[in-house]
Parts: sequence; C-alpha cells; structure tokens
Amino acid sequence: MITSVEHRFGPYGGQYVPETLMPALAELEAAWLDASRDPEFTTRLDELLRDYAGRATPLYLAERLSEVGGRPIYLKREDLLHTGAHKINNALGQALLAKRMGKRRVIAETGAGQHGVATATACALLDIECVVYMGTEDMRRQKPNVERMGLLGATVEPVEAGSRTLKEACSAAIRDWVTNVATTHYVLGTAAGPAPYPAIVRDLQRVIGEETRAQILEKEGRLPQRVIACVGGGSNAIGIFTPFTADVEVELIGVEAAGEGLETGRHGAPLTAGNRPGVLHGAYEPIMQDDDGQILEAHSISAGLDYPGVGPEHAWLRDTGRARYEAISDRDALAALQRVAKLEGIIPALESSHALAWALANGGSELDVVCLSGRGDKDLAQVLEMIARDGGA
Amino acid sequence: MTGTVTGVERIAAAFADSGKRAALMPYLMGGFPDLATSRAIGEAYADAGADLVELGIPFSDPLADGPVIHAAATSALAADATVDGVLDVGAALAERLPVVIMCYANIVYARGFETFVDALREHGVSGLIVPDLPLEEAPVLLELCDERGIALVPLVAPTTPDERLRRIGAGARGFLYTVSVTGTTGERGALVDVEAILRRAAAATVVPVALGFGIATPEQAAAAADAGAAGVIVGSRLVRAASEAADPVAEVHALVAAMAAALR
Ligand SMILES: Cc1ncc(COP(=O)(O)O)c(C=O)c1O
Repeated sequence: MITSVEHRFGPYGGQYVPETLMPALAELEAAWLDASRDPEFTTRLDELLRDYAGRATPLYLAERLSEVGGRPIYLKREDLLHTGAHKINNALGQALLAKRMGKRRVIAETGAGQHGVATATACALLDIECVVYMGTEDMRRQKPNVERMGLLGATVEPVEAGSRTLKEACSAAIRDWVTNVATTHYVLGTAAGPAPYPAIVRDLQRVIGEETRAQILEKEGRLPQRVIACVGGGSNAIGIFTPFTADVEVELIGVEAAGEGLETGRHGAPLTAGNRPGVLHGAYEPIMQDDDGQILEAHSISAGLDYPGVGPEHAWLRDTGRARYEAISDRDALAALQRVAKLEGIIPALESSHALAWALANGGSELDVVCLSGRGDKDLAQVLEMIARDGGA
Repeated sequence: MTGTVTGVERIAAAFADSGKRAALMPYLMGGFPDLATSRAIGEAYADAGADLVELGIPFSDPLADGPVIHAAATSALAADATVDGVLDVGAALAERLPVVIMCYANIVYARGFETFVDALREHGVSGLIVPDLPLEEAPVLLELCDERGIALVPLVAPTTPDERLRRIGAGARGFLYTVSVTGTTGERGALVDVEAILRRAAAATVVPVALGFGIATPEQAAAAADAGAAGVIVGSRLVRAASEAADPVAEVHALVAAMAAALR
C-alpha cells in the first residue's frame, strides 16, 4: 500500500515552509492518500469532471493549422472545459478534498485568474468560503476574471507587494494559511510548492494525458511524436506528460515564457535559461534569483506564466533528459494567438499560445499534440490593447 | 571574541548571565532603514540591556513574516542591503553581545551551506535561525553548524504535535524558538495560552525555551517570563519603531530599556 507521495524529484522538491504548516502538509498528504483510494471520492470527482466540468475534452485535429505546419497537429481542448482552462481539474479535486477534511474555508493564489475562477467555482458548488489572492497588476490585466470571482461569491484579496503578480499572490496565500491553518485548506494552483502539492496537482491533472493517449491511439492508431505544453508552474504540462513518460519514443516539450528575451533577464523561463536551483514557496527548484538569493521578478505577457520558479518534477524531467524545455517570446506568443484565431476559429489563452507558437515554429515531426490549456477570452482586453499599440502580427 | 568560546557556549552564557527573569532577545532587521542605522539600532539594543540580538537578513519573499517585517525587508533591499553588508553589521554587534542570524533558506542555499556557515563564523555570529527549514530539511545544515560551534536554533509552533516537538527539541541548539501563536510575526493584543505552550516546549528539550511572535510591550515581556519563558523575543514592535520614530535609535533604546526593566 502506498503510504506517501513523492517529496523529491531527484534533488528537487521538499518542504521548505514555516513549522506552523508542517502538520498541515502531513494532514493533507494523509487525507489525499486516503481519498484517492476511496471509490466514493474518486467516483464523485469523476462525475463532477464529466457532468459539471465537461470531461472528456475533445482531441481535435486542427486541419488548417496542420496544413500550415506540414504535419497533423492535434489540440487537446482543455479550453472547452467549464471556466475555460485545465485549472478546474485540480480545483474540483482539491475543493472536494477540503470538504472531506472538514475545512470550512479555502484560499488560493491566482495569476491569470483562471485558477482563482476555477477555485471560486468549485467552492460555490460545494458551499465553501473562498478567498483568492491576486496581484494588482494581474487584476488589471485579467479584469473579467476578477469580476467572475466576485459573482461566484469569492473574495478577491488584492496584493500590492513587489511586482504585484503571481509570486506575491502566492506568498500572501501562504501567509494567510500560516495564520488560518486550522480552518483553511490552501488550493495551490500548479504543480509546485511544498510536498505533497506537486504530486497531488499532477495526479489531478493527469486525466489530460490519459484521455489524450487513448484518443490519439483511437484516431491515429499510434502515439504522437511530440507532446507540447506551456509551462508556468507546470500543471497542464505535467498532466499531459505523465501518462506518456513511459513511452520513450514520445518527445515531451515544455514551453516556458521567454518574455522580452532570455538574454534580457526579463522572462519566466528558469528551466530553459538554466537558472540555479533554490527555495521558493516551499520547494527546491530552479528559480530566478540574484547572487544573494533574492528572488527576481519574472516577466511574461501572460499572467499565468509570469512566475520565477517552476514545479520540481519538471526540473527533474529536464535533468534526466525525459522532457525538453524551450521558450517563446511575448511577441511570438501574441502572433500565435492571432494566427490560431484566424486559422481555426479558436482564441487560445496567451499561456497556451506559447505552446502553439513553438509548434508553429518547429517542424520536424510527423504527429504533434499541443495542449490547448485554456481559452483566450480573459486576455481579450490586453491583447487588443497590445495589437493597437504594436500593430499586432 | 577569542576563538576558544563557541557560539553555542556564548548563547548559553547569555541566558545564564542575563541577570533577568528571562533573557531579552530583540530582533533587528539588518539594513533597515540602512546598514549604518541598523548597526546603531543594534548598539542601542546592547546599551539598553539586551542579552542577545537576532539579526535578520532581509529576503524578498519572507513567508513567516507579517506586514511590518515584510515591509522592512522590502525597504532594506530597496536600499541595497546585501548579505555581506548585514554580516558586517553582525560582526560589529558581536563585539557587544551574541548575534543570531535569522534568514530564509534561499539565502543559505544561494551561498552554499558550507560557505554560508563559514561566513557566519568569520563574522563572529553565534547562531542561525532559518524559519523555512523544518526538521526534515535541516540535518545537513545542522551538522555543518555543529562542526563550527554555531547553534542552529529550530522553531516550534502551537500546531506542532507532541511527538514531533520531542524530535525538534532533541535537535535544538542554543535555544528552542517557541512561536507563541499560529500565525506570522506581528504585534498582538494579548498572549494566549502561552503557559501551556511553554511548558510543553520545555518538556521536550534541554536548551532554554524562548518565546517569540507577538510580544510588543514590557507587560507582555514580563508575562512571558512569568509563564516560564527563559528568553523573550521582541520583533515587529521594534522594527515598527525603527520605521516610524523621528529618532529610531533613541526610540528603540527606550523600548528595550523598558522591557529589560520589566524583566528584572
Ligand atoms: C490557460 C492557462 N494555461 C496555463 C497556465 C499555466 O499554469 P500551469 O503551468 O500550471 O499549467 C495557466 C495559469 O494561469 C492558464 O490559465
């Protein structure tokens, strides 16, 4: 019987949190192990994912994109899920777990607002109090999502510190948890943070890859040559990668945010840029930092990729050579968003547009799957503003 | 300092020879508002009767800290405080009283454990507190500190279960930092249940038990001593004085002197 989840992925991961939280992490791990082998829990989660969130999502052969790309390109349509992104897979699972643990209150951090909306949604459904921490810069960039969270009954706590983006929102959520740990569950939104989060979030997101693997076998009678996903903290990517990791012939490609360019230092690509590992938000992982160990501000056009760290399992997949990491600039992601909108009638999220941009720019494959992690509605105002300013693609 | 007295011994002496009901251990944010003033504030702590100083290295993402210390760290970094600069402040203060460095794990990782601990020793630092390095992640650093006679001081919280508390207490060096509340650093109106918290901590260790988080007034310091604390840590109140007072050095001197008097 499994009695623990992975705490380390090679040298990465661990639990670097104030002592106050250590018992809560142990409680969470035990509750997760118990829930994940309880058919009542797993059946309920599967039902919600199917009937409420809209799983399974289609694996769609994007014909015009394929024509341009010179090989079949399939899109895994997480954008079609309720609330518009893969984040709902994790939020429903963790909210259900919170309820099972008897927690009356849930907190979350959000960058793009997708995880915040997903958590607010799950909490409305399950009647749990919900507080979402969000940097004020992200509140500006992702205004519709702030409004959505309000309608759903969640409280959005503006975070003014530092760059006023995801890193600070995450720090503020952890501080809240330190104070309210007795009543509160922290729904971390990506496959990062202290153990057991990277393993829990991966296991709640691996449904993406499980469906994809079955669907591509059915449609093409073979596995894809490449699976491509964007990487912020890494949850949609680890979700789609995991069921393929044993298929050594399948290339796994994670696409980080190159922002204004890796050479400028203004990016969100610690894996691609080869940043030194260190401790951020409870885990040892590659992070953007200065010589003294102060965490640097990330930069990306996309709020969901605007993060100076990355999930520990991705760092290990990189080091072991099982996955490869690349980076796409703000400009190329914006261009890909517009291209895919016109080619396919799909407006992808700016995050997902990084994966699409990499696929558009890199042939040399016979069959690709791209994880379309979310839809771009939330990005409209920002995208239109940038197109007006820079003339667009 | 002569090279023969270790940091661990120096901390033990600070508790034994405080001449108070509990040792007074004020916290200082290094480099706040700037390096020179933070050194002067530390000197004022010593002049006013502090027995040990806890010297914080500012960090960009201090997860265990409330708004006052977080803001001080941010502003120290904006004023270009560096790890070396703060360690130099530590070296100056170590001439007067034992210095325990408080910093987050990434500061230690960034230098490398061994280089960092060597630097502590070279600067005459007696101990180290890393609030986000819990028991499970601490063994390597503990061994390096032990080899150099530097006390790696662990924290325990009200949420720490008994069995875990015993394991942490057994590995404690210098003192056991007992967090008075479930929460981040910051001033609080009253100390709640600290007698039970302190009794539980004292039963788990042979080193002195110090109480911290939320102690802001001479009355609270005295109450902590009455409740059984062997050391009293005062943080946010003094950092707030450093940020608000017209003459921060005079203000912290008065505050620390009042607390020292309350403990005599
Ligand atoms: C649509 C979408 N894709 C991707 C991400 C990045 O997160 P992760 O790397 O955890 O999948 C986000 C985060 O907000 C998102 O909203």
